[in-house]
Amino acid sequence: MIPSAFDYARATSVEDAVAKLAEAGGAAKLLAGGHSLVPMMKLRLNEPSTLIDIARIPGLSGIRADGDAIEVGAATVHHEVATSDLLAEQCPALAETAAAIGDPQVRNRGTLGGSLAHADPAADYPAVLLALDASVQLQGANGTRSVNASNFFQGLFTVDLGADEIITGIRFAPAKVAAYAKLYQRASRFAIVGVAAALEVTDGKISSARLGLTGASTHATRMSASEAALVGTDATAEATAEALGDPGAGIEDVNDDLHASEGYRRAMVSVFTRRAVAAALARA
Amino acid sequence: MAASPVLPKLVGTRVKRREDPRLIQGKATYVDDVKLVGMLHVAFKRSDVAHGQITNVDTSAAAGMPGVEAVYTGAQIAEFVGPMPIGTPFPSPDHHPVAVDTVRYVGEPVAVVVATDRYLARDAADAVVVDYKMLPAVVDPEKAMTGEPAQIHADFENNLAVDSLPSGTGVSADLQTVDSSAVDEAFAKAEQEGVVVSQRMVNQRLAPTAMEPRGVVAHYEPGKDSMTIWSSTQNPHILRTFIAGMNGMGQDQVRAIAPEVGGGFGAKINIYGEEYVVAGVSKQLGVPVKWAEDRSEAFLATIHGRGITGYIDIAAKKDGKVLGMKLRLIADIGAYNMLLTAAIPTLTTLMANATYDIPAIRTTLYEVFTNKTPTDAYRGAGRPEATYFVERGMDMLARELGMDPGEVRRRNFIQPDQFPYATQMGAVYDSGDYAKALDKALEAANWDQLKAERDAARAEGRLVGIGLAMYVEVCGLGPSASLPTGGWEHGQVTIERDGRISATTGASPHGQGNETTFGQMLADQFGVPLEHVTIHHGDTGVVKQGIGTFGSRSQAVGGTVLHMAGEKVKAKMAKFAAALLEVHEDDLEFGDGKISVKGSPDSSKTIAEVAAYAYVPVPLPEGLTPGLSEEAFWEPANNTYPFGCHISLLEIDRDTGEPTLLKLVAVDDAGNLINPLIVEGQIHGGLAQGVGQAMIEEVAYGDDGQPLTASFMDYAIPRAADLPRFELSATVTPTPVNPLGAKGVGEAGTLGSTPCIVSAAVDALSEFGEKHVDMMLRPEKLWQIINGGQS
Ligand SMILES: Cc1cc2nc3c(=O)[nH]c(=O)nc-3n(C[C@H](O)[C@H](O)[C@H](O)COP(=O)(O)OP(=O)(O)OC[C@H]3O[C@@H](n4cnc5c(N)ncnc54)[C@H](O)[C@@H]3O)c2cc1C
Repeated sequence: MIPSAFDYARATSVEDAVAKLAEAGGAAKLLAGGHSLVPMMKLRLNEPSTLIDIARIPGLSGIRADGDAIEVGAATVHHEVATSDLLAEQCPALAETAAAIGDPQVRNRGTLGGSLAHADPAADYPAVLLALDASVQLQGANGTRSVNASNFFQGLFTVDLGADEIITGIRFAPAKVAAYAKLYQRASRFAIVGVAAALEVTDGKISSARLGLTGASTHATRMSASEAALVGTDATAEATAEALGDPGAGIEDVNDDLHASEGYRRAMVSVFTRRAVAAALARA
Repeated sequence: MAASPVLPKLVGTRVKRREDPRLIQGKATYVDDVKLVGMLHVAFKRSDVAHGQITNVDTSAAAGMPGVEAVYTGAQIAEFVGPMPIGTPFPSPDHHPVAVDTVRYVGEPVAVVVATDRYLARDAADAVVVDYKMLPAVVDPEKAMTGEPAQIHADFENNLAVDSLPSGTGVSADLQTVDSSAVDEAFAKAEQEGVVVSQRMVNQRLAPTAMEPRGVVAHYEPGKDSMTIWSSTQNPHILRTFIAGMNGMGQDQVRAIAPEVGGGFGAKINIYGEEYVVAGVSKQLGVPVKWAEDRSEAFLATIHGRGITGYIDIAAKKDGKVLGMKLRLIADIGAYNMLLTAAIPTLTTLMANATYDIPAIRTTLYEVFTNKTPTDAYRGAGRPEATYFVERGMDMLARELGMDPGEVRRRNFIQPDQFPYATQMGAVYDSGDYAKALDKALEAANWDQLKAERDAARAEGRLVGIGLAMYVEVCGLGPSASLPTGGWEHGQVTIERDGRISATTGASPHGQGNETTFGQMLADQFGVPLEHVTIHHGDTGVVKQGIGTFGSRSQAVGGTVLHMAGEKVKAKMAKFAAALLEVHEDDLEFGDGKISVKGSPDSSKTIAEVAAYAYVPVPLPEGLTPGLSEEAFWEPANNTYPFGCHISLLEIDRDTGEPTLLKLVAVDDAGNLINPLIVEGQIHGGLAQGVGQAMIEEVAYGDDGQPLTASFMDYAIPRAADLPRFELSATVTPTPVNPLGAKGVGEAGTLGSTPCIVSAAVDALSEFGEKHVDMMLRPEKLWQIINGGQS
């Protein structure tokens, strides 16, 4: 519970943060809400020489509509996402995902960018970003780039983020017929299993489906087999449940720990996939 | 003269806690707030293996690090701090505060670093290199009893700290004769014409998790040859006794201070190795030394609670009348005996009679060493375990006989006219009316309607169950014969020169609100406002003597003795007032800040006037000495036995196995209540911890002895959202044991809650034919039952 010594610097802009990262040559860490990084430092699992505080960079937080798309800044805290009027109206699934994170303290400090960069296998946001087919905006010394969520999450605590890059935000087309359903781990409140579903319904049938899954394995993934199974089915809870079958059975490398064995997790993937789809359809 | 307002009577009313404003505004002083000039900081290097022989400890790198003043290995510590004493008469292996040659649990200290700063101390502790020869870890207590896979302590064959200790019917007090005929007959009869229910049940290990972890500051002053020790403890006087003994000092040379203590739950009764080491190092170096436990350490190095497996057999007639009971207990006590470790399971056996008139009971107790953190007292300490085993057993009996769970209990209750009631287990229950508590709970929960609601929910396919449990607890500890420390308490009441009241109590509150309740009592006793009364506690330099706060004793014992000291001062004060008013003291009454002549309220002196006179007594009334300060020692002739009935309604998600507690009704009888608001607060806390144990809390270890729940990320404690709105009510059956009639309530909530919640879960799962499910109600476990697997 006592970290090793470190220096602290506050970045004034994204450019400043990127410059400071480059300067430290890999020994520095960006500090946003500190709710993943600081616990790791206290356990000495992470011992950065410098913390570059990005939490108060002007313009790095906020939720705004940009044409048909919505952008959320990386430094936006979970609470702001959970309580956004814009999201409540246009993309409630993202707001409900944020509302399902941890507890009020966590939601008032933890940020979107921090959650994505940290990429805890049980984090909530990755599932819904996959379902929304969001893109992650990055900025580094060589300029900016945009990575699709399905390419961003690569492995256990591993994402497509360069050592001198910073996440500036996400961008996605809002989806109304979308929802997130989660089985809580009772101690941490992280997801034992979390499933996000974003659907399109045409003439009473599902015309497009995207499903994002978190908690089940090393990193969040799309559930392509289940997505395919949904397309063309009647847009009812019963029909989709039948079409989905037992999606948990087909997931690879399922986690097994104190809180949920592999078998139970698989079963819960199936339950929460059905629930997420049913909840999304309730918004159709 | 206008009549001055009459002061309200405070005892029995819902006075808000006087302690709270400072506690919730960050204005309180805890051990870690104590900062002394020249103070050094200790960090412990702890074992990261469960069982191993120490082959080398290399402190050289650590010793050379910035700010490091000293580094000690276990062997070096042993040169000035010996093995730790325990507070029970059971045989016990040597337990060094810092391991000398073998480590026996993850978290056991192996080296000590002393530095100028806490952070530097921690850095240096990391630099201490310890080599181990790994030994097999002993994790499962029932396997450990066979000596497998290893023996933890040389002289304790099969890892048994206590081997088949019998208690109950037919067992003589000296344990020399054990006559099993009554128990055997009861079971023979039940086999023939009644029923026997049998079940193995696990009352799992828990981590007490006080909001404030432990901490200690020791300041040995060589010039005065005296030691002051601040510690987050429940019993500073006992701490002083042990610290003095361990350091070869007299008790007059040691002052122990428990400043604000942020919760203890029993875990801060124990005197820990860290306290001995910090005191010893301060004495070695002659400077103040501090150690503040962090949360990671707390999960490993502060005692755990519970951790006891029970094999229960109940023999009964077909009408539900219990003929006999057997209870075999296997306590997983961890790696060492701490202060009270060995005694806690004996409280489980002591309470095996529960609320029932059972004619024949036999308990058999085993205490087993394992490579885990030692266990000791945790809120309820032995009694929730007894309640759990017996009440789950009674529920199984009701289910077996197809009887209502309340009815089967009612047929077995000890009746009101049987008190004082000598149990088969050697306790003498002071007073009780169990049917009254049951009736009140059935009424409060609207039992018949609750059943109808459950049945309606079931008809919709939901998994809903109801549970009921009785409890009786042993509190107000107790006569000195039952406590190795002595079972008395001490109090002193001083009327200051300005008429305000200072009182000291040997009880050492850390959440119980005694500054409020004791203040209420004294305010009423002297007829003064509460604001004029200050309760001092937790400092052996201020409080002359004391035992401390545990076993729900502070009000019943500490409160009583303070009242007695108050009566003594009051009598003397009346004599001074009588001299001033020129009447006989019997004609005076206290009230409204004055002492007045009965029947002529205008003839009076204020408390302040009488106090001023008592300290400058010119003329000194005949037969009086100056001053107004009196003390009292007192111990009760018996413990108290509060009781109650808890009822719950619980639903299980058919798809996921997640349980949700929908309702928790608690009727508690703690005798007379000084402050119902504080009593309810105590019950709320206890219930929350009971819900925690039933539903979400469990200390788990891997097969290698590595803890799997060593942080709040994996060890759940209840949040507000995990709890339903508690529905509380009370019956009042005063105890004859003390003049206040108060029984004690600090632990009660943890007793009835666990069996009533688990019984509700079993009820909810009844369609699957499940007879019992162990705590915690892990969703996966319930899901397996729903899906036809084994629990
Ligand atoms: C008690 C508790 C419960 C929690 N429960 C949940 C839960 O239920 N679900 C859930 O999803 N999460 C949960 N979390 C995690 C929480 O959401 C964290 O806030 C989040 O994962 C990290 O965000 P942060 O802003 O705190 O990041 P920080 O801790 O500050 O940083 C985390 C990592 O991200 C990097 N980083 C931060 N911002 C950026 C950026 N803009 N660009 C590049 N790298 C960046 C940092 O360098 C660091 O490596 C919980 C945390 C706690 C403490």
